[in-house]
Amino acid sequence: MPGREDVARFPEIREPLLNTVSAFGKNKRIVPEPFDVSGVTDLSGAEEMPAIPDVSEVETVRHFTRLSRLNYGIDHGMYPLGSCTMKYNPKIAEAAAASLQSIHPADRNAMSPVLKYLNLLQKYLGDICGMDAVSLWPAAGAHGELTGMMVISRALQVRGETRGKVLIPDTAHGTNPASCVIGGFGTVNVPSGEEGFLTASILKEHLDGDVAALMITNPNTLGIFEREIREIADLLHENGSYLYMDGANLNAILGVARPGDMGVDCMHVNLHKTFGTPHGGGGPGSGPVLVKKELAPYLPLPVIDEDESGLFTLEYDRPLSIGMVHSCLGNVSVCIKALAYILSLGPHALPEVAKAACLNANYLKKKLSGLFELPYDTPTLHEFVLSDKKQKDDGVTALDIAKSLVDSGFHPPTVYFPLVVHGALMIEPTETEPLQELDRFVSAMEEIAGQSTYDPGNLHNAPHTSPVARVDETAAARNLILSWP
Amino acid sequence: MSYVPHSEEDLSKILSTIGIDAPEEVFSSIPDALRFRSLLPIEGPLDEESLRREFAFTSSKTVFAGGGIYRHHIPALVDALASRQEFYTAYTPYQPEISQGTLHSIFEYQSMMAGLTGMDVSNASMYDGATSLAEAALMALRGKGIRRILVTKATQPSYRRVLGTYLTHVEEAAIEEIPFDLVTGRVDLEALQGMAGPDCAVFVQSPNYFGVIEPLEEISAIAASQAGFWGIVVTEALSLAALTPPGKFNPDVVVGEAQSFGNPPNAGGPLLGIFCTRKEHVRRMPGRIVGLTRDTSGRQAFCLTLATREQHIRREKATSNICSNQGLCALKSALYLSAMGPRGLKTAALQSAAGARCLMGLLKERGIAPRFSGPVFHEFVISMDEDKRKRLENDGIVPGIPISKAYPELPGMLLVTVTEMNTREECACLAERM
Ligand SMILES: Cc1ncc(COP(=O)(O)O)c(C=O)c1O
Repeated sequence: MPGREDVARFPEIREPLLNTVSAFGKNKRIVPEPFDVSGVTDLSGAEEMPAIPDVSEVETVRHFTRLSRLNYGIDHGMYPLGSCTMKYNPKIAEAAAASLQSIHPADRNAMSPVLKYLNLLQKYLGDICGMDAVSLWPAAGAHGELTGMMVISRALQVRGETRGKVLIPDTAHGTNPASCVIGGFGTVNVPSGEEGFLTASILKEHLDGDVAALMITNPNTLGIFEREIREIADLLHENGSYLYMDGANLNAILGVARPGDMGVDCMHVNLHKTFGTPHGGGGPGSGPVLVKKELAPYLPLPVIDEDESGLFTLEYDRPLSIGMVHSCLGNVSVCIKALAYILSLGPHALPEVAKAACLNANYLKKKLSGLFELPYDTPTLHEFVLSDKKQKDDGVTALDIAKSLVDSGFHPPTVYFPLVVHGALMIEPTETEPLQELDRFVSAMEEIAGQSTYDPGNLHNAPHTSPVARVDETAAARNLILSWP
Repeated sequence: MSYVPHSEEDLSKILSTIGIDAPEEVFSSIPDALRFRSLLPIEGPLDEESLRREFAFTSSKTVFAGGGIYRHHIPALVDALASRQEFYTAYTPYQPEISQGTLHSIFEYQSMMAGLTGMDVSNASMYDGATSLAEAALMALRGKGIRRILVTKATQPSYRRVLGTYLTHVEEAAIEEIPFDLVTGRVDLEALQGMAGPDCAVFVQSPNYFGVIEPLEEISAIAASQAGFWGIVVTEALSLAALTPPGKFNPDVVVGEAQSFGNPPNAGGPLLGIFCTRKEHVRRMPGRIVGLTRDTSGRQAFCLTLATREQHIRREKATSNICSNQGLCALKSALYLSAMGPRGLKTAALQSAAGARCLMGLLKERGIAPRFSGPVFHEFVISMDEDKRKRLENDGIVPGIPISKAYPELPGMLLVTVTEMNTREECACLAERM
């Protein structure tokens, strides 16, 4: 293993903050000056200079180019971040959305074709999920969850009922309970069964007249298909409750099984996961919400409408709607990229996505489950969860394993999630990983498993080859420095 | 095309390793009744040339529309650098050791937003200005006895609608609108004085939806002393380069929209929500925040911090449910501000203001005055009938945004915006067609 001095391979890490290279007169940019500014005498801050650095163009370009080299992206290599579906982002989707850039949303003639395509995406998402109506405006998965819970809240209100709580399995992502609370509900944590999925009999124990909905992720964050979901849906419906599905893991069942057929009433999908749009280092994503017919009147405003002349417009007159959830139309260009992705694949290749995603995950699981503890041996689909139990004896943790993978040129998997597994390592390779890359990952994991017995110290200190060594997150929270002076 | 990279040989190796005969068997845990076996009614596959032909959108030639989403000059380097895959295809920087590029840039974004707004801290972004305002209201409502949210009626209508949607689900929270003066277009200070109390949070957009700059000094004197919480909403970030930084008026938060900084209108999104606050509120703030720290060998390093506010740690007790935000838009914003520099940013802001004054002057020659007498930044309201607007639109000129649906008390009114992307000739042409 290379020693600490090797970080000199990343001299970029010495890149200073922009404010420290700023000096008056460096930036020589000229901007369009079509107007005579002598008439602008009535603005309070017109004399003061804005508080931003003064750097030259070449310094800006080098600064951010150097910073980019400190990052790891999907075009580098495998990014097996469980539940995040880090698949390859086709470049053509970027090209397809490029001409959207200059369009102002108030430019109605220019917007009509955009709305036509958004409408088509809504139809396709509905077809893929077996749902009746779609709204594209939520800007991310969590925003979709919140919108969905508001839709359910409104439906209950129209039914003249007040129901206060949402059941959430213990495998759920943190956004699920957080979204329910902002949507005005309390949450109840429901344990999954021994085999890692929610059973109808466990659900029954938690059902009463105050249950508004169950919010379930299918397949769940253990990668396990919720095989009793149809019975669960029936129990909920008999109880007057709704079934909400977090569609973060739709990639596993794309074109192979439809949430609508499972009895799901309301769900969201993540275009930035399943439909190949880039994550951008933390967004913009897109979290369209999909509902069955009964809930359609409550979807957010506006609604895309086609008039007799074939012009697509936005309709705001839907008295039962929950209202607007975004100041405009959500992350429009992300939606167009997702549509380009769907059209690029077509109806035959779409189900192949799910197949290859599940095959890749099961291949890795088979190769790795001898070396690492597999807490659930229930069949899994697109992802699976290992734990650090075997390595714990040598004092090696999931975090050590994750950081060590960096030294082999991989992004680590998701760690310490789901919460039901202690020391979890959640691995999702996605369908776009070549076999050679999977094998490379297996070798890296084998080496780590071996090292944890004969040289655990080396793992505690990993990563050794990254731009920085382990970052002190505790110190960051204790001594807050959130901007330059 | 399929992006699955396997050869047939790869596939059989995978199958034999797993121990199944056919790929289909990988789905055996899905109950048969739930399998979907039909062909999806989807077009394609389309080759790249067909996709390019399919998605060819065109903007109208002349556009005077703004209203929260603006056309501004974007230096070429912004896209060139933001589209580097290292930034573009990365996930949220959970693993700081290999995400210093994103973290360092977002720290710089936070620093510049804090500097421009005159506030202590900025978060790493929100979905858009409207959800920033809604989350600011939720933050206020979690504070000491606040029950009423007062928002100026001249705040962007869609922001008020989103605020309304979010607050529907907070019991006992009421939204009240602070009226505007029908002559100046500014907030009715007397009304504000009468409404503000310790049980309320006050939110004021400036420049407001009519483009009019609010008297923040006077508003602050009332809000800071009488209200329990107060916030300034900025829907045009470029105005920060021409007006007194809102932080000077001592608000608890500055929220709004920074799409203008390096992000094109993009048919409406992605946008970039600003959320800035004072030090004492930082632990109640929503969203991700990047902090400066050290690695184990003492080197400068950045990481996401204050995670104990967030959904992945606090779950139902989190300050917000936000997870993915608008990271790349924030990066573009940092690139833009660095590329523009103080003088470039100032010039773009003053040019926009000068453009609005140029058009107002040309309209005045034709006897057309702005609807409101209050001072404006780069937008103003005039009267225009529906037919004329449609005729102009059909000739490739978008004269502005009709606002009468949101403000029935202002019939036949149009919000007109000028930026440095317009020209004198365009202004002259619009004035001529009035
Ligand atoms: C299972 C699950 N649900 C919800 C989310 C939240 O999605 P977003 O980040 O798009 O808000 C995630 C994202 O990590 C997830 O993995």
